[in-house]
Amino acid sequence: MDVLYFAWVRERIGLPKERIDTPPATVMDLVNELRAREERYEAAFADLGALRVAVDQELSDFDAPLAGAREVAFFPPMTGG
Amino acid sequence: MDVRVQEAAFDLGSEANAFVAKQSGMGAVVTFTGIVRDLDGARLSTMEIEHYPGMTQKALDTIANEAASRWNLGDILIIHRYGMLHPDDLIMMVATAARHRADAFQAAEFLMDFLKSRAPFWKKEVTEAGTDWVAARDEDEDALSRW
Repeated sequence: MDVLYFAWVRERIGLPKERIDTPPATVMDLVNELRAREERYEAAFADLGALRVAVDQELSDFDAPLAGAREVAFFPPMTGG
Repeated sequence: MDVRVQEAAFDLGSEANAFVAKQSGMGAVVTFTGIVRDLDGARLSTMEIEHYPGMTQKALDTIANEAASRWNLGDILIIHRYGMLHPDDLIMMVATAARHRADAFQAAEFLMDFLKSRAPFWKKEVTEAGTDWVAARDEDEDALSRW
Protein backbone atom coordinates (compact mmCIF):
# COMPACT_ATOMS: atom_id res chain seq x y z
CA MET A 1 0.00 0.00 0.00
CA ASP A 2 1.26 3.48 -0.84
CA VAL A 3 1.05 6.26 1.74
CA LEU A 4 1.16 9.79 0.32
CA TYR A 5 1.70 13.12 2.06
CA PHE A 6 0.87 16.58 0.76
CA ALA A 7 1.58 20.22 1.66
CA TRP A 8 2.93 20.77 5.21
CA VAL A 9 2.38 17.11 6.11
CA ARG A 10 4.84 16.20 3.35
CA GLU A 11 7.27 18.88 4.54
CA ARG A 12 7.06 17.80 8.18
CA ILE A 13 7.59 14.13 7.43
CA GLY A 14 10.18 14.91 4.79
CA LEU A 15 8.95 12.68 1.98
CA PRO A 16 6.06 12.63 -0.49
CA LYS A 17 5.37 8.91 -0.56
CA GLU A 18 6.32 5.61 1.02
CA ARG A 19 5.30 1.96 0.90
CA ILE A 20 3.76 -0.02 3.74
CA ASP A 21 3.95 -3.76 3.17
CA THR A 22 1.38 -4.96 5.69
CA PRO A 23 -1.56 -2.55 5.81
CA PRO A 24 -3.08 -2.01 9.28
CA ALA A 25 -6.82 -2.59 9.81
CA THR A 26 -7.92 1.06 9.81
CA VAL A 27 -6.61 4.53 8.97
CA MET A 28 -6.27 5.23 12.72
CA ASP A 29 -4.15 2.09 13.17
CA LEU A 30 -1.92 3.33 10.35
CA VAL A 31 -1.64 6.75 12.00
CA ASN A 32 -0.68 5.17 15.32
CA GLU A 33 1.88 2.95 13.62
CA LEU A 34 3.45 5.95 11.88
CA ARG A 35 3.40 8.12 15.01
CA ALA A 36 5.29 5.49 16.96
CA ARG A 37 8.12 5.54 14.43
CA GLU A 38 9.85 8.88 14.78
CA GLU A 39 9.44 12.40 16.08
CA ARG A 40 8.77 13.85 12.61
CA TYR A 41 5.72 11.60 12.21
CA GLU A 42 4.54 12.48 15.70
CA ALA A 43 4.84 16.17 14.75
CA ALA A 44 2.86 15.68 11.54
CA PHE A 45 0.05 13.71 13.19
CA ALA A 46 -0.08 15.61 16.50
CA ASP A 47 -3.41 17.30 15.69
CA LEU A 48 -5.70 15.03 13.70
CA GLY A 49 -8.34 17.76 13.59
CA ALA A 50 -5.98 19.64 11.26
CA LEU A 51 -5.67 16.68 8.90
CA ARG A 52 -7.76 15.09 6.19
CA VAL A 53 -7.39 11.59 4.78
CA ALA A 54 -8.19 10.05 1.41
CA VAL A 55 -8.40 6.30 0.81
CA ASP A 56 -7.92 5.29 -2.82
CA GLN A 57 -8.27 8.94 -3.85
CA GLU A 58 -11.62 9.49 -2.15
CA LEU A 59 -12.03 11.62 0.98
CA SER A 60 -12.48 9.33 3.95
CA ASP A 61 -12.42 9.15 7.76
CA PHE A 62 -9.85 8.11 10.32
CA ASP A 63 -11.95 5.11 11.35
CA ALA A 64 -12.21 3.82 7.76
CA PRO A 65 -11.02 0.24 7.17
CA LEU A 66 -7.97 -0.30 4.97
CA ALA A 67 -8.69 -3.83 3.74
CA GLY A 68 -7.95 -3.89 0.02
CA ALA A 69 -6.85 -0.22 -0.08
CA ARG A 70 -4.02 0.58 -2.46
CA GLU A 71 -3.39 4.21 -1.56
CA VAL A 72 -3.85 6.36 1.54
CA ALA A 73 -3.10 10.08 1.53
CA PHE A 74 -2.78 12.55 4.42
CA PHE A 75 -3.04 16.30 3.93
CA PRO A 76 -4.26 19.54 5.52
CA PRO A 77 -7.73 20.92 4.70
CA MET A 78 -7.82 21.78 1.01
CA THR A 79 -7.52 25.33 -0.28
CA GLY A 80 -8.60 25.25 -3.90
CA GLY A 81 -10.36 27.89 -5.93
CA MET B 1 -18.64 19.24 -19.63
CA ASP B 2 -14.97 20.16 -19.70
CA VAL B 3 -12.74 19.86 -16.62
CA ARG B 4 -9.05 20.69 -16.94
CA VAL B 5 -6.23 20.59 -14.38
CA GLN B 6 -3.17 22.22 -15.88
CA GLU B 7 0.08 24.01 -15.12
CA ALA B 8 -0.15 26.31 -18.14
CA ALA B 9 -1.76 29.73 -18.08
CA PHE B 10 -5.12 30.16 -19.81
CA ASP B 11 -6.70 33.06 -21.62
CA LEU B 12 -9.95 34.06 -19.92
CA GLY B 13 -11.37 35.85 -22.98
CA SER B 14 -10.68 33.00 -25.40
CA GLU B 15 -12.01 30.39 -22.98
CA ALA B 16 -15.18 32.38 -22.28
CA ASN B 17 -15.76 33.03 -25.99
CA ALA B 18 -15.18 29.40 -26.94
CA PHE B 19 -17.52 28.26 -24.15
CA VAL B 20 -20.29 30.60 -25.34
CA ALA B 21 -19.75 29.62 -28.98
CA LYS B 22 -20.37 25.92 -28.38
CA GLN B 23 -23.73 26.43 -26.62
CA SER B 24 -27.07 26.47 -28.34
CA GLY B 25 -30.40 27.48 -26.82
CA MET B 26 -28.68 28.75 -23.66
CA GLY B 27 -29.86 32.16 -22.49
CA ALA B 28 -27.23 32.63 -19.76
CA VAL B 29 -23.53 32.08 -19.20
CA VAL B 30 -21.89 32.89 -15.85
CA THR B 31 -18.11 32.89 -15.41
CA PHE B 32 -16.02 33.21 -12.25
CA THR B 33 -12.25 33.73 -12.23
CA GLY B 34 -9.88 33.37 -9.27
CA ILE B 35 -6.78 35.59 -9.31
CA VAL B 36 -3.60 35.57 -7.19
CA ARG B 37 -3.81 38.69 -5.03
CA ASP B 38 -1.00 40.46 -3.22
CA LEU B 39 -0.98 40.30 0.59
CA ASP B 40 -1.54 43.18 2.97
CA GLY B 41 1.80 44.26 4.38
CA ALA B 42 4.05 41.56 2.95
CA ARG B 43 4.85 41.44 -0.73
CA LEU B 44 3.89 38.12 -2.26
CA SER B 45 6.49 36.92 -4.71
CA THR B 46 5.09 33.50 -5.57
CA MET B 47 2.08 31.35 -4.90
CA GLU B 48 2.87 27.67 -5.23
CA ILE B 49 -0.15 25.47 -5.81
CA GLU B 50 0.34 21.80 -5.01
CA HIS B 51 -2.25 19.18 -5.90
CA TYR B 52 -2.87 15.43 -5.67
CA PRO B 53 -2.54 14.34 -9.31
CA GLY B 54 -4.44 11.05 -9.02
CA MET B 55 -7.36 12.56 -7.15
CA THR B 56 -7.76 16.10 -8.50
CA GLN B 57 -9.42 15.30 -11.81
CA LYS B 58 -11.80 12.81 -10.20
CA ALA B 59 -12.74 15.24 -7.41
CA LEU B 60 -13.45 18.01 -9.91
CA ASP B 61 -15.49 15.67 -12.15
CA THR B 62 -17.55 14.61 -9.13
CA ILE B 63 -18.25 18.24 -8.16
CA ALA B 64 -19.20 19.12 -11.76
CA ASN B 65 -21.49 16.09 -12.05
CA GLU B 66 -23.17 17.02 -8.79
CA ALA B 67 -23.84 20.56 -10.11
CA ALA B 68 -25.19 19.11 -13.38
CA SER B 69 -27.62 16.91 -11.45
CA ARG B 70 -28.91 19.74 -9.24
CA TRP B 71 -29.48 22.51 -11.79
CA ASN B 72 -30.79 22.69 -15.31
CA LEU B 73 -27.50 23.35 -17.08
CA GLY B 74 -26.39 23.14 -20.68
CA ASP B 75 -22.67 22.94 -19.93
CA ILE B 76 -19.89 23.38 -17.34
CA LEU B 77 -16.26 24.40 -17.74
CA ILE B 78 -13.68 24.18 -14.94
CA ILE B 79 -10.02 25.09 -15.41
CA HIS B 80 -7.73 24.94 -12.35
CA ARG B 81 -4.00 25.57 -12.46
CA TYR B 82 -1.20 24.25 -10.26
CA GLY B 83 2.51 25.11 -10.02
CA MET B 84 4.23 28.47 -9.54
CA LEU B 85 1.98 31.50 -9.91
CA HIS B 86 2.54 35.21 -9.30
CA PRO B 87 0.35 38.14 -8.22
CA ASP B 88 -2.34 38.92 -10.81
CA ASP B 89 -2.04 35.50 -12.47
CA LEU B 90 -5.30 33.68 -13.09
CA ILE B 91 -5.56 30.60 -10.85
CA MET B 92 -8.79 29.09 -12.08
CA MET B 93 -12.11 29.70 -13.76
CA VAL B 94 -15.55 28.14 -13.88
CA ALA B 95 -18.23 28.78 -16.48
CA THR B 96 -21.82 27.56 -16.44
CA ALA B 97 -24.37 27.75 -19.24
CA ALA B 98 -28.11 27.48 -18.66
CA ARG B 99 -31.37 28.48 -20.27
CA HIS B 100 -32.01 30.88 -17.39
CA ARG B 101 -29.63 32.87 -15.25
CA ALA B 102 -30.66 31.58 -11.80
CA ASP B 103 -29.40 28.08 -12.66
CA ALA B 104 -26.15 29.45 -14.09
CA PHE B 105 -25.44 31.71 -11.08
CA GLN B 106 -26.31 29.13 -8.43
CA ALA B 107 -24.37 26.34 -10.11
CA ALA B 108 -21.30 28.59 -10.43
CA GLU B 109 -21.48 29.43 -6.70
CA PHE B 110 -21.92 25.78 -5.79
CA LEU B 111 -18.89 24.84 -7.93
CA MET B 112 -16.77 27.51 -6.25
CA ASP B 113 -17.82 26.52 -2.72
CA PHE B 114 -16.90 22.90 -3.36
CA LEU B 115 -13.70 23.68 -5.26
CA LYS B 116 -12.52 25.67 -2.21
CA SER B 117 -12.71 22.84 0.27
CA ARG B 118 -13.22 19.55 -1.60
CA ALA B 119 -10.70 19.73 -4.44
CA PRO B 120 -7.21 18.57 -3.40
CA PHE B 121 -5.22 21.77 -3.93
CA TRP B 122 -2.98 23.47 -1.37
CA LYS B 123 -1.61 27.01 -1.70
CA LYS B 124 1.70 28.16 -0.33
CA GLU B 125 2.56 31.85 -0.20
CA VAL B 126 6.17 32.89 -0.60
CA THR B 127 7.04 36.40 0.66
CA GLU B 128 10.24 38.20 1.67
CA ALA B 129 9.45 37.15 5.24
CA GLY B 130 9.27 33.44 4.44
CA THR B 131 6.79 30.83 3.31
CA ASP B 132 3.33 30.00 4.64
CA TRP B 133 0.74 27.39 3.74
CA VAL B 134 -2.60 29.10 3.29
CA ALA B 135 -4.94 27.85 6.03
CA ALA B 136 -8.46 26.77 5.17
CA ARG B 137 -11.03 29.17 6.60
CA ASP B 138 -13.98 28.00 8.72
CA GLU B 139 -16.29 30.12 6.53
CA ASP B 140 -15.29 28.05 3.51
CA GLU B 141 -16.24 24.81 5.24
CA ASP B 142 -19.46 26.39 6.59
CA ALA B 143 -20.37 27.56 3.06
CA LEU B 144 -20.91 23.91 2.03
CA SER B 145 -23.78 23.45 4.47
CA ARG B 146 -26.06 25.86 2.56
CA TRP B 147 -26.17 23.40 -0.34
